[in-house]
Amino acid sequence: MALVLKQPSVLPGFGLTLGFALFYFSLIVLIPLSGLIVKTTTLTWQQFWHTVTEPRAMASYQLTFGASFLGALINGFFGSVVAWVLVRYHFPGRSIVDALVDLPFALPTAVAGIALTAIYSSNGWIGSYLEPLGLKVAFTPLGVLVALTFIGLPFVVRTVQPVLQDLDKEVEEAATTLGANRWQTFRAVIVPELWPALLTGMAMAFARSVGEYGSVIFIAGNMPLKSEITPLLIMTKLEQYDYAGATALGVVMLVVSFVLALMINLIQWWSGRRHTAS
Amino acid sequence: MSTEIAARVRNEEWKASLTSESTLVRWTLIAIALGYLTLFLFVPLAAVFSEALKKGLAGYFASFQDPDTLAAIRLTFIAASLAVPLNLMFGVAAAWAIAKFEFVGKQILITLIDIPLAVSPVISGLIYVLLFGAQGWVGPWLAEHDIKIIFALPGIVLATTFVTVPFIARELIPLMQSQGREEEEAALTLGASGWQTFIRVTLPNIKWSLLYGVILCNARAMGEFGAVSVVSGHIRGLTNTLPLHVEILYNEYNAVGAFAVASLLTLLAIVTLVVKTVIERKSAPSRATQDAEWRMQPGSPS
Repeated sequence: MALVLKQPSVLPGFGLTLGFALFYFSLIVLIPLSGLIVKTTTLTWQQFWHTVTEPRAMASYQLTFGASFLGALINGFFGSVVAWVLVRYHFPGRSIVDALVDLPFALPTAVAGIALTAIYSSNGWIGSYLEPLGLKVAFTPLGVLVALTFIGLPFVVRTVQPVLQDLDKEVEEAATTLGANRWQTFRAVIVPELWPALLTGMAMAFARSVGEYGSVIFIAGNMPLKSEITPLLIMTKLEQYDYAGATALGVVMLVVSFVLALMINLIQWWSGRRHTAS
Repeated sequence: MSTEIAARVRNEEWKASLTSESTLVRWTLIAIALGYLTLFLFVPLAAVFSEALKKGLAGYFASFQDPDTLAAIRLTFIAASLAVPLNLMFGVAAAWAIAKFEFVGKQILITLIDIPLAVSPVISGLIYVLLFGAQGWVGPWLAEHDIKIIFALPGIVLATTFVTVPFIARELIPLMQSQGREEEEAALTLGASGWQTFIRVTLPNIKWSLLYGVILCNARAMGEFGAVSVVSGHIRGLTNTLPLHVEILYNEYNAVGAFAVASLLTLLAIVTLVVKTVIERKSAPSRATQDAEWRMQPGSPS
């Protein structure tokens, strides 16, 4: 059989629309992005390795990935509770709460950054209560965690919510009539169904947090080796006209993003297969 | 009759009791969820308006008298008014090709469209600096011909366009895929031209998703911070968009001014969420679930 590049169709406009879409996307996204990769090849391996493993860079990875991971865990737990409550229970204001969950998607990150800084600084609404407990949030690594938790908040809720909605209640009824108590039903019947969605949501929150810049820089304090995230380090290098250094770190971030995107696709493929198999 | 109804009600209640938790557990979970959202969502949202109004309404409105603020508003509108129509054309074209035709490499194309959402905004700006900056590939040529892209309007428009490329396409593709192509084929068989078919058949079917895509794209375009920050150069009154202006005011300890400008962007975000909720109700319930899965790709950092 000959290779069929496109199946015949009576609808017009295939060449025009696909041609325009590919041209536009290449011009705006693919060509500029490949420029980053090409630029890296002008560095020697030693230069590249030195830049991406210097102590300041290593400290920034530790903070960026560590805080993103913790933020994803926090959102994994609380996001599931929020999704559960929104799907299963009725309480006043539920639909407003449901709509507001998407706020971190819609709110410009600079606004989120200054708002979080204002409330978590030592004289802020929440910060002033934490200060006597010896907890400083704003201008410490803890502030980075707060900002990344905010940024990742919608992901777990929005991946778990539709799965909970589609969950067949009859399976739970069956479990209960067979003598399982509510907690057993939850653990043995509901959790296995939610697990892939939960994992996807957490991976998405993590991926998003790793690249986050706007909301973090206000609250972090940005001390090198202490509270400086990797995107900020790239920014600093750019401002010092160290294009090679910025490029090297940029490539590291880009590779991490692609690996994460691949992982998310794999989780979804795996959960999709599991579902069609059962 | 009434006993039958009563029996049925009792049966339903019994079934419900099988799959629900005790009141105590229920309210504890609601309290945990609302407590968490209060800490991370509601309080920051309230803080924006409270800080903006700290010096009263007069102080709030005085913040908008500043010519630099007005220049930032103007620049933000210009950038969005270029980026959104460009991405609208791309979104409709890509969705038409992907949803209405079968071709090799389609799945790869769908995956590629999400790239701008997966990339750190700092990198989105960096790639244009590497291309058009003074040390960039075409930088020297641009300098020779006295064309400014980086630290000028074209760079801001490019960075804004880059980060908002996927939004409209992502709204349209899953919807148009689920709608299939029978209606368009019928219209063509009845003698409509391709363009007539699109305007009269396709467009009415996708108008709500299209509208939401445009509004979401616009909100992101006006609110983008990281990518624009890299290419802007932060020249007051010239290359400062609203989010960058928020940063400058904030760093100058002009909290009321910063939060006043931020409140504009917050209102934009709230309007976006309201429109989203209204549109989801209009095209519910199939859309909500189908959509959630699709939209929940790695979100767009900014």
